[in-house]
Amino acid sequence: MSNSANALPIQRTQRPAWLKGWLAGETWLAWLFILPSLIGFTAFYAVPAVRGVFISFTNWDLLSTPKVVGIANYQKLLRDPQFWQALRVTLYYVLLNIPLQTALAVGLAVLMDRLTQSIVVRGVLVLPWLIPNVVVALLWLWMLDPQLGVVNQILGVFGISRQPFLGSVSQAMPSVAWINIWRHAGYTALLIFAGLQTIPKDVYEAAAIDGATERRMFWSITIPLLRPVLVFVLVTTVIGSFQIFDTIAITTKGGPVNATRVIFWYIYEFAFSRFQMGYAMAAAVILFLILITITLVQMRYLRSGESDLA
Amino acid sequence: MATNASALTLVGQRRKRVSIGRVLAWAGLLLAIVVVLVPFYWVVRTALATKVELYANPSQITPPGFTFSNFARVLGQVSAADAIAAGGSGQALHFWLYLRNSVIVTALTVVGQLFFSALAAYAFARLNFPLRDKVFFLYIIALMIPGIVTLIPNYILIRSLGWLDTFQGIVAPAFLMSPFAVFFLRQFFLGINREVEEAAKLDGASLFGIFWRLVIPISGPPLATLGILTWIGTWNDYLWPLLIGKDESVRVLTVALGVFRSQTPQGAPDWGGLMAGAVLSILPSIALFLILGRKAINSIQFSGYK
Repeated sequence: MSNSANALPIQRTQRPAWLKGWLAGETWLAWLFILPSLIGFTAFYAVPAVRGVFISFTNWDLLSTPKVVGIANYQKLLRDPQFWQALRVTLYYVLLNIPLQTALAVGLAVLMDRLTQSIVVRGVLVLPWLIPNVVVALLWLWMLDPQLGVVNQILGVFGISRQPFLGSVSQAMPSVAWINIWRHAGYTALLIFAGLQTIPKDVYEAAAIDGATERRMFWSITIPLLRPVLVFVLVTTVIGSFQIFDTIAITTKGGPVNATRVIFWYIYEFAFSRFQMGYAMAAAVILFLILITITLVQMRYLRSGESDLA
Repeated sequence: MATNASALTLVGQRRKRVSIGRVLAWAGLLLAIVVVLVPFYWVVRTALATKVELYANPSQITPPGFTFSNFARVLGQVSAADAIAAGGSGQALHFWLYLRNSVIVTALTVVGQLFFSALAAYAFARLNFPLRDKVFFLYIIALMIPGIVTLIPNYILIRSLGWLDTFQGIVAPAFLMSPFAVFFLRQFFLGINREVEEAAKLDGASLFGIFWRLVIPISGPPLATLGILTWIGTWNDYLWPLLIGKDESVRVLTVALGVFRSQTPQGAPDWGGLMAGAVLSILPSIALFLILGRKAINSIQFSGYK
């Protein structure tokens, strides 16, 4: 007994320094705390991300063993006019969605900031965001119905003829964009409103004394001081917008005539209808590269880190 | 005197202009509120209409031919023959089953993700161990990877585990962590005063004891914020449960509504049934939202500060 007790300290001093940290009292406990999250991270984030890139270099239908084909999938993708069409359609959607949604959100946030702190008003505006995309899509599918939809009934009151909305090549994508603006504008406004609340009121008071107009204050005070929040909102909404899927899956399924066949729908079809996993994954990797590029450009161009509040 | 007078008129003009501005501003805000609320009313109105009357009077503001039969049909309390007669596909929306499935998936995800993320976040915030900052940096990178990259590999993983059409398959990817939850809670734990924890440590409390009986009880607000955000995100999710949980036994509400929509007769869709299903599926979220009230809205507002 006394022998082993004496032996222990000697052993400890013989261990190399790097091992010491690993065996310190807290360390194994810390790893125990981290372990569940580490398993989740490894299994569903780290390994899949690497595996996904590997899959993109293979041909695989899920049944046979994957066949490595190098960059053939990427070459095929870049030569596929449907892929370019999907990218074009997606970009068109983002351009319809983001500017209007962001402008509406900023407008609503400023109105709330000036007029009311009412929790009810905020609650009502964020309501559409609480509803699943699927339900929002169903709701507007019904409201925009060419025959019976209430929107056409209202247009009829003003003497405007029936519009096909989701049923026509030219109106389908603007309709989808509107549906998502309806769901997200209030939520985005709430995020911006939270940002507005951090701007000290005396900045406005000082500007008002100097005779600044409302418009001048908006462009010279509100927008610059809001920049970090705006950049965050823009980066996340643009990334989300590029990955639009639910609304299209419920309303148009990529139609009519590919008018709403966005990149995510394109990937979904190849992966889960045609089971061309390698090809679909290559398209996903390209979408990922596009998103990374856009995010970096946005952060750089809009100088996300700095607020002008000095 | 003259300057005084002109100053007075200036003030007068300004006040007048501001008040017109205020009226316009209120009008704008009210318009937004109307645009948000009218569709909700229209869904309820449609859900309470009979099919024949609905097609005959598309612009009637009150429910045409007021009836609760759409709800009865969606809840599966009407025979298939009667349901077809009422304009449905004869397929009942087994609402209670899908509601149960949604609750199971969402509750498991929220509880698991919060608990395991909090454990990890506490270790990242308080404990010293090798590779700590490197592992945390990897988590931050994962925060920036869009879902599309991991979607297909995760589907393949769940499939090869034989977990398709099981609850564990639907819940697995979000159960043990989300990078955002770990990041968010670590930020909060870093801000807690260490002294109480040090005192408990001197009193011989175990690390898990300190975490569970000391740290968790004072972390109510951030945990509630995360819980609400995770609840909404999971409840509303469509693509993942669509891929993993096609089978009825694990089908969640969003997926069921998608199926219901594709089964509805072409040409003369069962709008009353669809809208009744929509109303039922959003009631739980709305109820939760009303109960939590201010807390929920503050939480959502908070989500901007990633």
